[in-house]
Amino acid sequence: MRARKALPGWVDYGLIPLLNVTCAFLVSGLVVLAIGADPLEAVQILVWGAFGFGEGIGFTLFYATNFIFTGLAVAIAFHGGLFNIGAEGQAALGGLGATLVCLAVDRFVPWWVTLPFAAIAAGLFGAGWAAIPAWLQAKRGSHIVITTIMFNFLAAALMGYLLVDVLVAPGSMQPETRTFAAGGRLPPLRELFPDIGLGQAPVNVAFLLALVALVAIWVLVWRTRLGYEIRVFGANPVAASYAGISATRITMIAMMLSGALAGLMSLNEIMGYQQRLLLDFTAGAGFVGIAVALMGRAHPVGIFLAAVLFGALYQGGAELAFEIPEISRDMIVVIQGLVILFAGALENLFRPALVRLFVRRGGI
Amino acid sequence: MDAFTTLILILDSTVRLATPLILAALAGLWSERSGVFDIGLEGKMLVGAFAAGTVAHLTGSPWAGLGAAILAAVALGLVHGFATITARGNQIVSGVALNFVAAGLTALLGQAWFQQGGRTPALPGSARFQPIELPGASMVADVPVLGGLYSELVSGHNLLVYLAFLAVPVTSLVLFRTRFGLRLRAVGDNPAAVDTAGIGVTLLRYRAVVICGVLTGTAGAYLSIAQSAGFIRDMTAGKGFIALAALIFAKWMPVNVLFTCLLFGFLDAVAIRLQGVSVPGIGLVPVQIFQALPYALTVILLAGFIGRAVPPRAGGVAYVKDRG
Repeated sequence: MRARKALPGWVDYGLIPLLNVTCAFLVSGLVVLAIGADPLEAVQILVWGAFGFGEGIGFTLFYATNFIFTGLAVAIAFHGGLFNIGAEGQAALGGLGATLVCLAVDRFVPWWVTLPFAAIAAGLFGAGWAAIPAWLQAKRGSHIVITTIMFNFLAAALMGYLLVDVLVAPGSMQPETRTFAAGGRLPPLRELFPDIGLGQAPVNVAFLLALVALVAIWVLVWRTRLGYEIRVFGANPVAASYAGISATRITMIAMMLSGALAGLMSLNEIMGYQQRLLLDFTAGAGFVGIAVALMGRAHPVGIFLAAVLFGALYQGGAELAFEIPEISRDMIVVIQGLVILFAGALENLFRPALVRLFVRRGGI
Repeated sequence: MDAFTTLILILDSTVRLATPLILAALAGLWSERSGVFDIGLEGKMLVGAFAAGTVAHLTGSPWAGLGAAILAAVALGLVHGFATITARGNQIVSGVALNFVAAGLTALLGQAWFQQGGRTPALPGSARFQPIELPGASMVADVPVLGGLYSELVSGHNLLVYLAFLAVPVTSLVLFRTRFGLRLRAVGDNPAAVDTAGIGVTLLRYRAVVICGVLTGTAGAYLSIAQSAGFIRDMTAGKGFIALAALIFAKWMPVNVLFTCLLFGFLDAVAIRLQGVSVPGIGLVPVQIFQALPYALTVILLAGFIGRAVPPRAGGVAYVKDRG
C-alpha cells in the first residue's frame, strides 16, 4: 500500500466505506430494475426478512458467524501484506479436522468436551492447509495469490475423494459422513436462552466463539508485539527486515493464523447446523470473507458490521427469493461482487475528491 | 475396441477439452504480458458463454452469438481495465470481484429471462457451430493409421477449435515479431521505459485488455454454442482457473500455452475415460487425482522444482506517471 495524504479518521474509516458500499448497492438496484422488479420493495422484503422477526435475526447471526471467521481470516493476512484467497479451502480442511474429532468422541462425551478438541483440530487443519502456500511464498517466492487459488481446487479434490471413498457413511448414497450424536452438536442459542425467541434459527454457541475471536484478534493485532511485527511487515517488508523481523516467520504465522480462523468457521456450519460433513459445506463463505475484510477495513469492529450485513443479505435474500422469484439468491453473489469491486478495487475512486475537500479545509 | 481407436478417441476429446483452455490462457497471456494480471478469466468466459447462448437463441445465428459473447467479455474486461489501469485499483481484488459479478449475474438473468433454472433454451443445430469435415476426410478414413488420424482427430471439429489452434501462432507472431507486440511486452516489463519513449502506457494496456476480452468471449461462446447446445449456470466450472494455471505453467509463452493446455485437456479426457473403469494392476483410480493434477503440477512449478516461472516484471502494479 502506498502512502496516503492523511484524511480525518471518520472520513477514512466511515465516509469512504459508506460511499463505496452505497455505490455497490445503487448498481445492485439497477440490476434489480433491469430484471423488472421494484428495488425499493426488494429492499423492504430483504430488511424485514433479515431483522423483522426473531427467527430472521437468528438466521442472520448464524450466517454472520461464518463470515466473522472468514473475514477475520482474510483480514489478518491483509495486515501481513498477504492476500489469502484460500480461505475457502482452509475452511473445508478445518471441517475435516472438526469432523474427525466429532466422529471419534461424539458418542462418549458431552458437547462441551468435544468443542475444544474440535476447535483445535479445525484450527490446525486450516492452518496446515495455509502453511504450504505460506512456506512456498516465504522460501520459494511462489505468488501466494496463485498458490492459494490452486489450493482451493486441491482441497475440493481432496474432500471429494475423502467423502466419496473414505468417510462416507456405510450404506449412504450421498457423499456425507454419518450424522453426529449429541456429543458432536453445538447447542443452538434458542435452547440456552429460550426467552429471546429465536424461533428455529440455527445460531449457536459458535457465534459466541466468533465474538471472542473478534476481541482476540483486536488484542493480537493492536496490543501485542507479534501484531505490531505483522503490521510493520505488511506496511513495509524492507523496513521490517532492517528492524530484525523475519519475513519467513511473519509470513508463516500470519498465514497460519488466517488458515486457523478460516478453519474455525466449520464449527458453526458442521457442528452447529449440518451435524455431518458434506461436500462444499463452505458454500462460498471463504470468498465472502474477502468482501467482509475489505468492507470492514480489516478492523474487528468493521468486520463484525460487514459480517452482519452479509448475514442479513443471505437471510433476507432467501426471503426475497421466496417473495419475488425473479430475484433468485444469485442476486447476493452479484452484490458481493459489487461490494468487492467498489470497496476493494475502486476504493480510491472518491479519495482524491475527498482529500481536496477535507485536507484543504483542515490544513489552513 | 482396439487400443489405437481408444487412443484416437482420447486424443480427439483432448482437443475438444483443450480448446477453451487455449483461448482463455492466450487471453490471459495478452493481458498479463502487458502488466495487467487477470484472475477474472473465469468470469469473462462465463458472461461470454451466457451472452452467446442468449443471443444465439434469440437470433438463431451462431455468428451473432459469438459477436455478443465477445462484446460481453470485452465489456467486463473494460471494467477490469478501468478499475486497475485508470483507477489504479488492485488487480487481484478487481478480478475476484468480477468473477462474482459474472457468476451471479449470468445465473440471475438466466433465471429471470428464461425460467429454466439459469439455463438458456436448448439451441437447434443451425444456431450452433457445427463440425467441419475437412476435404477428403471420408475418403481417407479407411487408410490405416494416418487415415484414422486425419478423419477422426484433425477433421470434424467446429470452426472455433481451428480458430483456437490458429490463435497460437498468431499470438506468437504479433507478440514477438511486430512493433505493437514489442511495445506490449515492454509495457509489462518496464512501463516507465515505454513512457519515456513517448508511447502511452494506458492505451497499450487497454488494448491488451480488449484482446483478452475477445479471446475469453470466444472461449465462452465455444462452451455454450459449439460444445453444448446452450448455457447452463456455472458452465465454466473452473476452466478459467485451469487456464490461469496453464498460463503460469507455460511461463507466459504462446507455444508452451498450446502444449500445456493439451496436457491439461488430456488429463481431463483420461479422467472421463477412466471413470468407473478398473485399471489392471492398480484398480479403481479416483477421478479426483486427475482433477487435482493440473493444480498440483502448477504449484510444483511455482515452487521452482521444475524450472522457474517468472511473471512479467511490472505485472500487478498500476503505472503512475508522475511520482513527484
